[in-house]
Amino acid sequence: MTKRKALRTALTVLVTLILFVLFWEGYKWMGQQTDDHWPGTGFGLPVSTDDLTMPHSGDIFKELTDDIRAGRETLPMTVYLAKKAGFTFLEAAIGFSLGVIVGLVLAIFMLRWRFAERGFLPWINVSQTVPLIALAPIVVTWARLQGYPDMVGISLIATYLTFFPVAVSGLRGLQSPDSSDVELMHSYAASWSSTLIKLRLPAARPFLFPAFKLAATLSVVGSIVGEISIGTKTGLGRAILDFAQRYAVWPERLYSSVIAASLLGLFVFGLVNAAEWLVIKRGREVLK
Amino acid sequence: MNKRFTRGVVALVAAVSLLATACGSDEAAVGSGDCDSVDSVSLQLQWVTQAQFAGYFAAVDRGIYNDYCLDVTILEGGVDIVPQQQLASGAVDFAISWVPKALVSREQGADIVNVAQVFQRSGTLQVSWADAGIGSDPANLRGKKVGNWGWGNEFELVAGLRDAGVEDGSYEMVGQSFDMMALLNREIDAAQAMIYNEYAQVLEAKNPATGRLYEASDLAIIDWNDVGTAMLQDAIWASGERLASDPNYEDITTRFVAGSLEGWAHCRDNAGDCVDAVLDNGSALGESHQEWQMNEINNLIWPSPDGAGMISSDAWSQTVEVATTSGDLQAAPDSGAYTNEYVEAALDILSGKGVQTFGSGWQPKSVTLREGGE
Repeated sequence: MTKRKALRTALTVLVTLILFVLFWEGYKWMGQQTDDHWPGTGFGLPVSTDDLTMPHSGDIFKELTDDIRAGRETLPMTVYLAKKAGFTFLEAAIGFSLGVIVGLVLAIFMLRWRFAERGFLPWINVSQTVPLIALAPIVVTWARLQGYPDMVGISLIATYLTFFPVAVSGLRGLQSPDSSDVELMHSYAASWSSTLIKLRLPAARPFLFPAFKLAATLSVVGSIVGEISIGTKTGLGRAILDFAQRYAVWPERLYSSVIAASLLGLFVFGLVNAAEWLVIKRGREVLK
Repeated sequence: MNKRFTRGVVALVAAVSLLATACGSDEAAVGSGDCDSVDSVSLQLQWVTQAQFAGYFAAVDRGIYNDYCLDVTILEGGVDIVPQQQLASGAVDFAISWVPKALVSREQGADIVNVAQVFQRSGTLQVSWADAGIGSDPANLRGKKVGNWGWGNEFELVAGLRDAGVEDGSYEMVGQSFDMMALLNREIDAAQAMIYNEYAQVLEAKNPATGRLYEASDLAIIDWNDVGTAMLQDAIWASGERLASDPNYEDITTRFVAGSLEGWAHCRDNAGDCVDAVLDNGSALGESHQEWQMNEINNLIWPSPDGAGMISSDAWSQTVEVATTSGDLQAAPDSGAYTNEYVEAALDILSGKGVQTFGSGWQPKSVTLREGGE
C-alpha cells in the first residue's frame, strides 16, 4: 500500500514537472511568435519571453551538468551547487534546531502562565513583521562582537523565522486535549509536568509537525537570505548572489542555483516528513 | 595641532618601545617578517570577493601581511552590510568604503578616519548605447531614463547632471539592480556601471542581432573623472576612537596600511598572480572578467602621483564639495576625517623595503573578455 502510494507521489511529481516544462516552453514559443503579445491582441505578455528572461528549460538543465570554475578547480555545476547547499543546510539545521527549542519553550511558558500568553503572543506576532534587512546588521554586529563566526549570525536569522510557527502551533497543540482528559489526569493527581509529558505533548504532535515542516523550509529561506544580506564565502545564498550579478550574461546559472535552493527546501521538508512518520505513524502501529 | 603632535609623540614612543622589545639585540625592521607576536585584525569589504579587493587577498595569501606581523581576516560584504558601520560598532578593525558614503556615516556619528586612499580615481561610469546619441556629455541625459543604484552611489551622477544644467525632474531616475539587464533590454537609456565590473558585463554579453559579443564601439560612456564630479572611492578606514586612545592600534594601522599597499604593488606587477588569488578565494565570476577587473583597478590606483594611499587634498575637497552642494553632507567634515600620518609612515617602510609606491611607469594592458567573462 505505502509502496504504491510512494510510486503515485513520484509519478505526480514527474507529471507536474513535465507539465511545467511544457507550459514554460509553450509560453515562450507563443511569445516568440507574437513578439510578446497575447495572440491576436495588442496586450503585452506579463513576462517577456526572450532568452535572457526565460532561457530554454533544456539550457537550464544542461547548465546543471556543465562545468564551472570554482577557485582554481573545475567542477560540474551539480557538485558545485551541492557543496554550497551542504553549507547552507548546516546553517539551516542549526537555525531550525534553535528555532524549535525556542518555539517549544515559549509555547510551554505560555501554556503554564496565562499572563505570559497574553503578554507574549502579540509580540511573537509582531516579531515576524520586522524586516530582515533591519535585523541582519543587528544580528551580525552582535555576533561579531561576541567573537562568533558570521555563520552563527546567519543561523540566528534562520532561528528568527523558524521559532514563530513552532511557538504558535505548539501552544495550540498543547491546549488541544479535551478538558475531560485533563481532568482525568487531575484525578490521578498527576503533576503539571507529567500532564505535559504524558498528555499534552503527545496530543500536540499533529499540530507540531505541520509547524516543523513550515519551519524547516523557512530555515532554508532564512539561511539563504542571511547569507545574501550578511555575506559569506560559500553557501547557496552566496551562489545566488554571484549568479544574480551575472544574470545578464548567464541567466541559466541563476535559474540552476534557484533550482538547487528549492531542492534543498524539498530535502529538509522530506526529512521532517520522515521524522513525522517515525514519531506518529510508526508510534500508532506499535500501539496497535 | 597640539593634540596631533602629542599623539604623534605617543605613537613614536610606542613604536620605538615596541621595536625595542621586538628586536632585542638585532635590529629587525618593520615588514621583515621577524615577529615576536602577531596581531589579529579583521577587514570588512563592501562586496564579495573580486579583483576590486585583490591587493588585500594577495597580501593574505602571499604572506605579505605576515611580514608585518599581522594575521588578517577578510570579511566579505553582503547586501545589508555597511562596512563603515561595522567599523564604528567595533565589530571589525578596518573597513573599505567609498569616501562620500563613509562621510555621511561619519556625519551621523560614526567615529571613523580615512587612513589610506587606495583608489586615486573614480571608477563609476554612466553607460549608454552609442546609437542613443548621449555620448560623453551629461547634458544629453535630459529627458532620458537614467539608471542608478541609489544608496549613495548616485552622488556623482546627480552632481554631474546639476553642473550640466539638467534640472531635477527633467530626467527620470530609475532604480537599477546589480546586473545590466535594464540597459541590455533598453528599458533605460543610460545605466550606472563600474568600469571594472558592470561595464565589462555588457561586453561579455552576446548581441542577439550579430550573434557576437558587444563591442566597446557599441557603447558610449560618461566618465565622472572627465566631467569633474568624480568622488573618491575605495579607501581604508580606521576607528577614530581607537587611533586616539590606543598606541598599539596606531602601530597596527601603519603596518596594515603598509601591508595592504605592498599587496597592491604586488598586483600591479603580478596581475595574473592576483587574479589567481581572487579566484582561489572562491569567486564564481569568470577568469577573463577578473583579468579585466584587475587591470581596471590597477588603472584606478596607478600611477599614484603622491605615493600610493596618499589622500590628495584637491580630490578630497572635490568629493566634499560635491557631497555638500547636493545636500548629502550637511557640512564639510572636520579635519579629523582623514589623515596622511599612517600612510606616510607606511610609505617610508615600503621605500625602505624597495617597494615601488608611485607606479609612474604603469600602463594599462588590453584584456580580451570572453563570453560570460569565463
